Amino acid sequence: MDHEKRTGGFYLLAAFFILFVLFLYGPLSAVLILSFQGPSGGLTFPLNGMSLHWFANLFEQQAVGDFGGSFRRSFILGLMVMSVTVFVSLLAGLAFRRRFFGSTALFYVAVASLVVPSIIISLGIGVMFQQIGFRPSWYTSAFGAHLTWTLPFGVLIMFAVFNRFSPAYEEAARDLGAAPWQTFRHVVLPMIAPSLIGVGLFGFTLSYDEFARSLMTAGTYNTLPLEIYGMTTNVTTPVLYALGTVTTVFSLLVILATLGGIVYLGRRRARG
Amino acid sequence: MSATAEHSIAEPTPGMKRRVSLARLAPYLQAAPLTLILGAFLVAPILMIVVVSFWDYDFARLYPDFVTYNYTETLGSWVTWKTYLNTLKFSAIVWALTLCIGFWVAYFLAFHIRTTAMQIVLFLVCTVPFLTSNIIRMISWIPVLGRNGLINAALVESGLVPAPLEWLLYSEFAVVLAMVHLYTLFMVVPIFNTLMRIDRSLIEAARDAGANGWQILWNVIIPLAKPGMAIGTIFVVTLVMADFITVQVMSGGQSASVALIMKNQMSLLQYPAAAANAVVLLVLVLLLVAGILRVVDIRKEL
Repeated sequence: MDHEKRTGGFYLLAAFFILFVLFLYGPLSAVLILSFQGPSGGLTFPLNGMSLHWFANLFEQQAVGDFGGSFRRSFILGLMVMSVTVFVSLLAGLAFRRRFFGSTALFYVAVASLVVPSIIISLGIGVMFQQIGFRPSWYTSAFGAHLTWTLPFGVLIMFAVFNRFSPAYEEAARDLGAAPWQTFRHVVLPMIAPSLIGVGLFGFTLSYDEFARSLMTAGTYNTLPLEIYGMTTNVTTPVLYALGTVTTVFSLLVILATLGGIVYLGRRRARG
Repeated sequence: MSATAEHSIAEPTPGMKRRVSLARLAPYLQAAPLTLILGAFLVAPILMIVVVSFWDYDFARLYPDFVTYNYTETLGSWVTWKTYLNTLKFSAIVWALTLCIGFWVAYFLAFHIRTTAMQIVLFLVCTVPFLTSNIIRMISWIPVLGRNGLINAALVESGLVPAPLEWLLYSEFAVVLAMVHLYTLFMVVPIFNTLMRIDRSLIEAARDAGANGWQILWNVIIPLAKPGMAIGTIFVVTLVMADFITVQVMSGGQSASVALIMKNQMSLLQYPAAAANAVVLLVLVLLLVAGILRVVDIRKEL
């Protein structure tokens, strides 16, 4: 299909694609713009002047509950979920390269983890903790609940990575006298590092934005999405949009930093 | 693969023997953390739900028991059936829309964008919103669809409608729109993945054999894209079946879903009733997924 003249079909599809991108980003940009609403402005256009009023409002504790605390909890939880997801998915990915008893069952449990409705996980973990007599909290029960969502993504990505990974590199390293650990550390790991960073990004952002799985499992202290959800029902000022802007900008920074990391690794590998 | 090759080469010296048995043990050790976490936070909670769905309860606590009225109550009610139908209806509509949109977006990226760099950039443009908060993306429709929102303002201004349309926000239309907005990515990514793996020479061959564009699309590309469509379908259908927050926020309380019933029962501490609903919903979702898995072998597609 390459090296052909652009046809009518191309322009039609290009227009469709542009509409799709507008559909994805349009509403979000409305929120970004409206978060700079003047102090007397409302939830819809037009802008009543421009100000940072609602951002200032966001950091006043009483106005919107505990924004700082919930952000800190979500951030730490995201980092915890990210590290465990990367580590456990990598190990599982290595395990799936060989046949072992129960591998098919484990694979389908991981797939099930992806398709079981999140509210069922939330309810199950909540009730289980209650019956055992543990107190649910964001760093125990919600942590586990988030892992049931991020791990299957991580495992499936690693599965796909190792499906395409030629064993020839490891055989070559072995022939040159590398120990298994050296082979892994100096041959396998650098090759799969970009995918691992991708898994980490998934782990962090999926946890950072997770709502349904935190609902019954977060315990006394809210995570950020729970806080935002609470605001949708009782906050009717643009402070909601200010919060939306802050969290979205934060997510974008995380994504950019990750992509930067992947590009950097690629460059370094190309040089070395 | 590599391990079996190693075994066949390895001479059974004592030291080797230890390494071979360690190599045999290695996958179990490597799979152990995943098994433990999924066992503790997926399998055990689901078993707990099945058990609790047979328990008795009052406003204060749960009583271990074996009663079936959590099921008879929920399945005997007309409201439940209507809600299940409503949830299935949302799934079907959102599935059809995301499949159509997702396929054409993926097709454009895979076949019409010529350089890999551009493909990556456009793919990222599509993926980034997926990594931001769902709730914020939902809320972002308010200034667009609201009574005084952008669309209504434009429509009234241009004289197309005399008064703002009320059904744009807080309606089933808004629910479907928000779900398509949230979930189309889950279709684009797997379909794009399968399209990229289609051997381009097949298309050349079809063209040489005299097929026109539509015939190539219908007889070559779409059949080969089916696994990606199936995986996207699994994502979209299970996400919509499990959804309560989009339905709650975007319908303004005028519509219901099974998960929303569960959520309301949970906030009233009626856990056994919610558990019974959870079991029914889970069986339904797993049956749907099993049906789709008959079309596609996920392990081969990754």
